Amino acid sequence: MAYGGYEQGGAAPHRHRAIKILLAGGFGVGKTTLVGAVSEIRPLRTEEPLTETSMTVDNTAGVERKTTTTVAMDFGRITLRQDLVLYLFGTPGQERFWFMWDELALGALGAVVLADTRRLADCFPAIDYFERRDIPFIVALNCFDGARRYTAEDVRVALDLDAGLPIVMCDARSRESAKEVLITLVEHVLTVADEPVSR
Amino acid sequence: MPSNDERWLDAEAGPVVRPYALTRGRTRHAGEAFDLVATVTATRARVADPNALAPEHISVLQLAHAPTTVVDIASDVDLPLGVVRILLADLRELGLVAIRAPVSTKAQQIDRNTLREVLHGLRGL
Repeated sequence: MAYGGYEQGGAAPHRHRAIKILLAGGFGVGKTTLVGAVSEIRPLRTEEPLTETSMTVDNTAGVERKTTTTVAMDFGRITLRQDLVLYLFGTPGQERFWFMWDELALGALGAVVLADTRRLADCFPAIDYFERRDIPFIVALNCFDGARRYTAEDVRVALDLDAGLPIVMCDARSRESAKEVLITLVEHVLTVADEPVSR
Repeated sequence: MPSNDERWLDAEAGPVVRPYALTRGRTRHAGEAFDLVATVTATRARVADPNALAPEHISVLQLAHAPTTVVDIASDVDLPLGVVRILLADLRELGLVAIRAPVSTKAQQIDRNTLREVLHGLRGL
């Protein structure tokens, strides 16, 4: 394992660390199911557009006439240790919620693209998004009951994914399976981090 | 800071308060932007002027006595994230909370030690 000089000593052990993981994929593919299988689901109210409230600096100029629309979403929380907590954000599948992706993706560990082999095209936008932004991701195929099973390689070809990109089968309802998905993602991120940096 | 003299809620208002009434119409917060998983910790500084705080400020402050995150606070107080951010920024201005950036603020800057700890933690679930 290569230890690069750019690793800055690691985090102090007492520091509270919160890490984001994104879960993307088409509507109804099982994102919420997977989050619920492996983490504590917490409700969150947010508003459109999220970025407007997060990017700005001016105290008095922020008064707006327009009413914002409140949107309900969930996130998952996995407390690995008291000072190390994972947050799973299911990026909303509908296009009208895409405004939220940039903020959710900022600083994220990586992403899981959840796919249904019956509707593979639904995850194209998510894959494009993460590829364009160099956000490490894996693909998890949610094996719905009765769905025709394809091999990982069939899917790799269909989605035009690099050979090194992990594609795993999962059952989004199963805690163990959901855990394996997350483990595969973190292992992939570690592998990517060990590769020579060319950016 | 604008005047806090006006009551933001009275008996006539009924049970529903438009979320941004709590922020006196502000939709943007003061100071440096912070991530939705930024860590918030109460500084335990004395509240110089309790009248400067709305009940929601107090609720948010109480949740931050142990380090927590912006989204966890928003979930606990059941207010929209944008409103909670403004309340947090107010508290920060008053020196009542510290808001620290999460482990990384750009993709792929989580250090390997932390990644290994995450992996270890997940395997142990």
